[in-house]
This record gives sequence, structure tokens and C-alpha cells, in this order.
Amino acid sequence: MIEVKNINKSFGKKQILHDVSISFLRGKINLIIGASGSGKSVLTKCIVGLHEIDSGSVEYDGRNFSIMNFKQRKAVRKEIGMLFQGSALFDSLTVEENVKFPMEMYTKQSEEEILERVNFCLKRVQLENANHLYPAELSGGMQKRAALARAIALNPKYLFCDEPNSGLDPQTGIVIDNLIQEITHEYDMTTIVITHDMNSVMETGENISFIHQGNIWWTGNKEDILKTDNKELNEFVYSSKIMQKFKGL
Amino acid sequence: MVFHYVNIKNADDLYFRSSVRNIYFYILLTYMLKAFHHIGKYFLLLARVFKKPDNYKLYGRQTINEMVSLGLGSLGLISIISLFMGAVVTLQTVAAIDSPLIPLYTVGYATRQSFILELAPTIMCLILAGKIGSNISSEIGTMRITEQIDALEIMGVNSASYLIFPKIVAALFTIPMIVVYSMFLGLVGGWVVGLYSGMLTVEDYLYGIRWDFKTFDVIYALIKTLFFAFIITSIPSYHGYYTRGGALEIGKSSTKSVVYSSISILVINYILTQLLLI
Repeated sequence: MIEVKNINKSFGKKQILHDVSISFLRGKINLIIGASGSGKSVLTKCIVGLHEIDSGSVEYDGRNFSIMNFKQRKAVRKEIGMLFQGSALFDSLTVEENVKFPMEMYTKQSEEEILERVNFCLKRVQLENANHLYPAELSGGMQKRAALARAIALNPKYLFCDEPNSGLDPQTGIVIDNLIQEITHEYDMTTIVITHDMNSVMETGENISFIHQGNIWWTGNKEDILKTDNKELNEFVYSSKIMQKFKGL
Repeated sequence: MVFHYVNIKNADDLYFRSSVRNIYFYILLTYMLKAFHHIGKYFLLLARVFKKPDNYKLYGRQTINEMVSLGLGSLGLISIISLFMGAVVTLQTVAAIDSPLIPLYTVGYATRQSFILELAPTIMCLILAGKIGSNISSEIGTMRITEQIDALEIMGVNSASYLIFPKIVAALFTIPMIVVYSMFLGLVGGWVVGLYSGMLTVEDYLYGIRWDFKTFDVIYALIKTLFFAFIITSIPSYHGYYTRGGALEIGKSSTKSVVYSSISILVINYILTQLLLI
């Protein structure tokens, strides 16, 4: 479980996050939804320590990440896997080398054991036979799957996914969402997914937080989201005119 | 009297001139503060770069890859430039010698001294600053904007050290070798001129390049090269590492890295020459 308590974050004079408190549950897909510029990515980067928070705390299973030094944070980060919006695969390495990378960096496993784990991870994301391809040779969906394989290589306790289906067609997007859901349940991970894709929300939303203007505006699950009368959330969910008509807004 | 000297006519004029002076002062101060900010940030980055490596095996492999990319990748360009530059320096020196009192072997001597003291270490490093520097800056800059550096950080890897340290080590090993190779090829270029131009004999040229040879000149050149190798890799790495934005900013970082590396090479060249030769 990850607990975010009263965090604030500003860039210069512009405050992005206002006293945000939120809990991400273990074994569930925790979605953060919101419009572009609402602070979703900043919140995630604050949670993983890519941005330093101004005040508040982030706790990983009771361990206060915000006050840790570099060495302590490093230990926690080995338990984190992250799938980036643009996949962030290392261009100069093949798919196999990308997935191998965290294992070679942190484990003392033999070459055979590492290769076995790489093949297992690639099979898990349905990307067999792509071992020797470079990221530039992969389609968008394949890149996401390769990045997911790299993210789960060290068997992480926490998985962060920043817009995992952005730039993908709806069907491939759903495949990625289902994969994340299966992996989360299979390995009992605390998974946090940032998205503004309503298909994803309806497919995987077990614990949803709606962020608006740097505040947590609403929390619930995929059933609740259809019944809510929260004005800002409804404007976000039913943004097209036809959907607004359907909802009766 | 003073007013007359600076040609100030009234109080308004005096105010205007002092305002202009203030603006110049303000601009100068802003540039100085910016420069100190970047110098501080550069040294803080270096402090991260020289932390204990996370995994020696991976760093070693990365260093070898960098040696191949930085060293072997530059050999072709350096060979062509050195050969032609050696040939041209020899021709120019021959052309400049009018007096029959000056022996022709001084052509070989002048070519050797030019190459060992300045052309091979400084000019070749300036060329490498353009070639290697822009390459490093754009490579690391692209990694920054495509979140590959963030991915390393999330894995708990010291990204600055993993990306920059092997480049610096590789450059410290390969660039001195490239410079020695350039010295050799520059002298070969002069020898070819002697052989085919008929303006001087090969015997004169070969005697000249051996005449009054001091080993310290090569040592001095190699000491300079080590400093330049560090500059060529660390400054572009700094600019690449702190790239923000998109493709346009990568281009800007690349240009900045070449400009600042070149200026730094020239300044360090002057300081080291003053310290080591004078």
C-alpha cells in the first residue's frame, strides 16, 4: 500500500499540487484520472521521487519515502517498476537487453537464469521472438509491452503506469490494460495507472481518483463513476456533446 | 571640467547616462550569475558522476562500447585532417623560407613542432569537441526528453554516473591515442610532400623532424590532451543531461556544448602552456 499524505508541490510561483492525500491499495489497479495539466504526472513523479515534494509525505508500506536518503530510496526503488508514457526503452539496446538491464544491474544471477527470466517476462507480455529487435523496430503496442516486461523483470511490489495506452488504438489499449490488470492480481502488486482514457477506466477502474486543478476531487470505482453527480468529473467523463446528451447534462 | 569632458549637457542627460550604465551593469551581473549557476551545477553533476559505480561489470562493458564509439568512430576524420594538415604546414613552411641561409631541414622541424605542440593536441581536440561533443550532448539529451533517464532513476540507478562516467574514462584512454596517431599522420603528410613536391628532399625533412627533439614536448601535449578529453566529454554531457523540452532544445544543447567545450579548451590550453612551457 502506498499512502500519500498532504503533499504540496510548486514549480516557481505556480502551485501544481494542493494538499493532496490519497491511498493506493495493494492488489488493485489504482487509477488517477484527470484532464491534461491537472497534475496527474506531477503527482506520480512526486510519489516515485523524480520530483521533490514541498511538504507532506509519501509512505511505501509504512516507510516514509520523503525523508529517506539516496541509499534508502535506492532500496525502495528496486521494488518499483514503471511503465512510461513513451515507453522509455533504451534505444541502443535490444528488447532482450532492455529487460535484462535491471537484473544485470542488481542481481547476481547467472547469464542463463537472467535469460530464463527475460524470456518468461517477454512471454508474459506476449512478446516472444522479439528478443533481438531494437525499440525502433517495434510498433507502439509492442514497445509498451516490452517496457512492461522490463518493469516487471525484478518482480516489483509497486507498478506505476503513466498513460499506458496513449497513442494506441482502442483495442491494443485494452490489451495493455488487461495485461496490467492480470499482472497486478497475479503478483499482488500495488499498481497506479495514470490515464485520461475512459475505456481504461471502465475496463480496469477498481480504485479511481479524479484529480482536478491539483486537488483530489473525487474517489470511487468504475460503477460509482457512472452514478456520480460531481460536476467537474461529469464534465471530464462526458466531454463530447453526444455523451453529455446521453447523460442528460 | 569633468562634465565638459564627458559632454553632459544637463541633469536629464546625466540621469540617462547613469541609467544606461546601470543597464550594462545589470546585464553583466545577470550573465555572471548565470555563469556561476551553471558552473556550480556542472560541479554538482560531476560529484554525482564520480560516485561509486552500482555495477562494475556493466560500467566496464559500457566503457568499452564508448571507447569503440568515441575512438574508432573518429579515426577516419582525424586521419584525413592530419594528413592534409601536415602536408599543408610543410608546403607553407617551404614557401615561407626565402633565405638560402636557413637550412631546409627546418621545414621538418617546424612541422614537427607545430604538430606536437599545437595542431595534434589542440586543433584535433577542437575538432573532436565538435564531433564527439555534439554526439554526446544529443544522445544524452534525447535520453532525457524521452524519459530514458527517468527510467534509470526509477530503477535506482545513478543515471549521471552510468551515462557519463564511462564516456569520460573512455575519452581519457582513447583521445591521447588519437592525438599520438594524429602527430604521426601529420608528419607522414609532410613526408609525402617532401617525396612528391620536389621542394625539399626526404632526407632534409626526416633530419628536421628528428633535430633537437625533446620528449617533454610530447608529454606536454599528452597532459593537455587529458584535460581536453575531460572537457570534450563532461561539458557536452552536462548540456545533454539538463536538456529540457523537445527536439529544438536538443539542437540548442548540442550547439552550446560545442561552443563551451571549444572555449574551455582554448582557455585551458593557454593556462597549461603558461604553466608547463614558460
